[in-house]
Amino acid sequence: MLSCSEKGRTERVLTVCPYCGTGCGLYLVVEDGHIAGVEPDSLHPVNEGELCVKGYFGYQHVEDPRRLTAPLVKKDGRFTPVSWDEALNFVAGRLTRIRQESGPDAFVLFASARATNEENYVAQKFARAVMGTNNVDHCARL
Amino acid sequence: MTNSIPEISQHTDVIFIIGSNTAECHPLVARHVIKAKERGAKLIVADPRLTEMANKADIWLRVPAGYNISLINGLLHVIVKEKLYNSDFVQNYTEGFDDLEKAVERYTPAYVEGLTGIPQQDLVEAARLFARAKNAAILYCMGVTQFSYGTGTVVSLSNLAVITGNLGRPGTGVNPLRGQNNVQGACDMGCLPNLLPGYLAVTDEGYRARFEKEWHVKLPSKPGLRIPEVADAILGGRVRAAYVFGENPVMSDPDSDHLRHAFEHLDLLVVQDIFLTETARLAHVVLPAACWGEKEGTFTNTERRVQRVRKAVNPPGEARDDWWIFSALAQKMDYGRMNYLHPQEIWDEVRRLVPEKFGGITHSRLEKVRGINWPCPAEDHPGTPILYQGGKFATPSGKANLRPVFFDPVRIPEEVGEFKNALAGKITELPDEEYPFTLTTGRRGYHYHTGTMTRKSWPITQVTPEQLIEINPRDARKLGIEDGDFVRLSTRRGSIAAKAWVTERVPEKTVFTTFHFWEANVNELTVNSTDPAACIPEFKVAAAKVEKITPAEFQAILQEKKKKYLVDLEAEVAGRLKSGRREAHV
Ligand code: SF4
Ligand code: SF4
Repeated sequence: MLSCSEKGRTERVLTVCPYCGTGCGLYLVVEDGHIAGVEPDSLHPVNEGELCVKGYFGYQHVEDPRRLTAPLVKKDGRFTPVSWDEALNFVAGRLTRIRQESGPDAFVLFASARATNEENYVAQKFARAVMGTNNVDHCARL
Repeated sequence: MTNSIPEISQHTDVIFIIGSNTAECHPLVARHVIKAKERGAKLIVADPRLTEMANKADIWLRVPAGYNISLINGLLHVIVKEKLYNSDFVQNYTEGFDDLEKAVERYTPAYVEGLTGIPQQDLVEAARLFARAKNAAILYCMGVTQFSYGTGTVVSLSNLAVITGNLGRPGTGVNPLRGQNNVQGACDMGCLPNLLPGYLAVTDEGYRARFEKEWHVKLPSKPGLRIPEVADAILGGRVRAAYVFGENPVMSDPDSDHLRHAFEHLDLLVVQDIFLTETARLAHVVLPAACWGEKEGTFTNTERRVQRVRKAVNPPGEARDDWWIFSALAQKMDYGRMNYLHPQEIWDEVRRLVPEKFGGITHSRLEKVRGINWPCPAEDHPGTPILYQGGKFATPSGKANLRPVFFDPVRIPEEVGEFKNALAGKITELPDEEYPFTLTTGRRGYHYHTGTMTRKSWPITQVTPEQLIEINPRDARKLGIEDGDFVRLSTRRGSIAAKAWVTERVPEKTVFTTFHFWEANVNELTVNSTDPAACIPEFKVAAAKVEKITPAEFQAILQEKKKKYLVDLEAEVAGRLKSGRREAHV
């Protein structure tokens, strides 16, 4: 809904800085479907219209040319782009077999202090409900 | 945090910062501290390094890395001896004061000076300043927790807040500054081996039943492995498959060579990320994830403020939201209760399962406000920026527990046995003849964690392009090292090389560096010994040695690291993906 690829349109999307736990509010300035810059949220009670260097300039990774754009499976030691279906079938098959052979606790999941609440919730649900293990942790301690 | 950030600039009279490089790591929290100072508040900073914050302090306590408990016990000693504590609060809302009083008896200012070198007068003044404040707030970070006795240190800080009555009111509290944007949320959502979402113990049958009903499965009751235990579990053959999403453990974990080695033994390593990170390069399968700015959902900051994050642009190529990937995989594995269409559905499931904390935080409310602090049990509940209001604590008795905490660098002090609730710690690896320095670790202001994101921003790489190892001028002189010389830094686990930064920022016999750069990743050197309760690795102290090396030696080490981290693979794969995409478009 908020993405916009129409030429010549500028939009400001309110969101939260992805770096430290301070959680400053900011606007992403979107031009022609690309992030053109960042503006601080002046109504946010924590950052009150200011940001640090990471908040201002840390968005450039989003459109970096090195972003991963296809699932990769290592075949003969070389990463090979494959379809989602092939990648997920491969993972599902291997996980099912390992669980059968060695039990649910032969699986561990490293969750992410960078991802959203919803994604972390779904990740631990995958470990607990699908795999059947409590082997899920993230780098809270690091 | 027990309290919220804006309270600092509005209500706090004395701010005690310990083990937090706030100006560099949490700049917009530091801003509230500076605003408080402008209003006349006083600042006490305890840190081994002369950080920007220490520089602005009214009292700087230069505590050696690892000696926080001695310092805090010293403060408690003075406050108890001079009867500066809040006796009403202690009487009405706490238990265990007598034991605490006995336990800190020994930590006289003279004794603490002997242990830490902190001048007695400074300690006494800091104690008086803190105890006499109307509202005093404690801010801390990994400089407190990243020790094998980190839990003990946090408990001693809470002792300090409790006996002075600094909890449950605006501008007070014990406030951890969380390093990562959503580390709070990942904990809240149950990404912990012993806790379900909402901090509900997996060992509790009633809590499990709550989730079993919604999820339609029987849940395991045995707590799982913690990250620092994973490497040995893999090498011991107990773990065969690992799934890593949005983390880079071969850079960020302690004794990282050991973990990399373990990962190479896995039958299946799946890495889901936005770049081909150092960890992803080792994977069997890499799944491309959508990134911040490309997806909808919520983050929870260090104040427990749940906030909306929104999508601004589309993800590149075939990259997908993390929740979509897990849902699709679950369906392939014949689990039917993860078919989500939008993050809001997922959040509503969380609200249903943990109504006592998140029930009132709806997406539609979040559209109208800048976040809501949990606990927020109902839609007409305003949220809870301040915990423990009215002196009610989350203990069986409803009172705050005071627990004695002991520390000795060499051995666990014997007195521990005399108290029923006591905690104690010692340093795992002390400097010796061969490794005479104390190595401590952290971050730089402009970079973040393993550098996966910030090293892709040109303004940031321009100001902070490379790793530096901080060393005190007196030590440098003895070793013939000048500012900008190449040095090799080694511990019993490995060595790295970088330029020396000769600076008074670090005290004598201490060196400091970061884990932002694969070229010289300090986590190849750190100790993998952990706190028994929280399982936090002891990042902040290890015994190390420093040697001057030639530029040629530096280059040789650099090439070695480049090979080890498969550095060229990222560009190679990115190149192939790009040309592949172009072909697909034609
Ligand atoms: S702008 Fe700076 S202080 Fe604010 S959340 Fe981002 S990194 Fe943290
Ligand atoms: S690097 Fe360490 S000290 Fe700095 S914010 Fe992160 S956790 Fe805190």
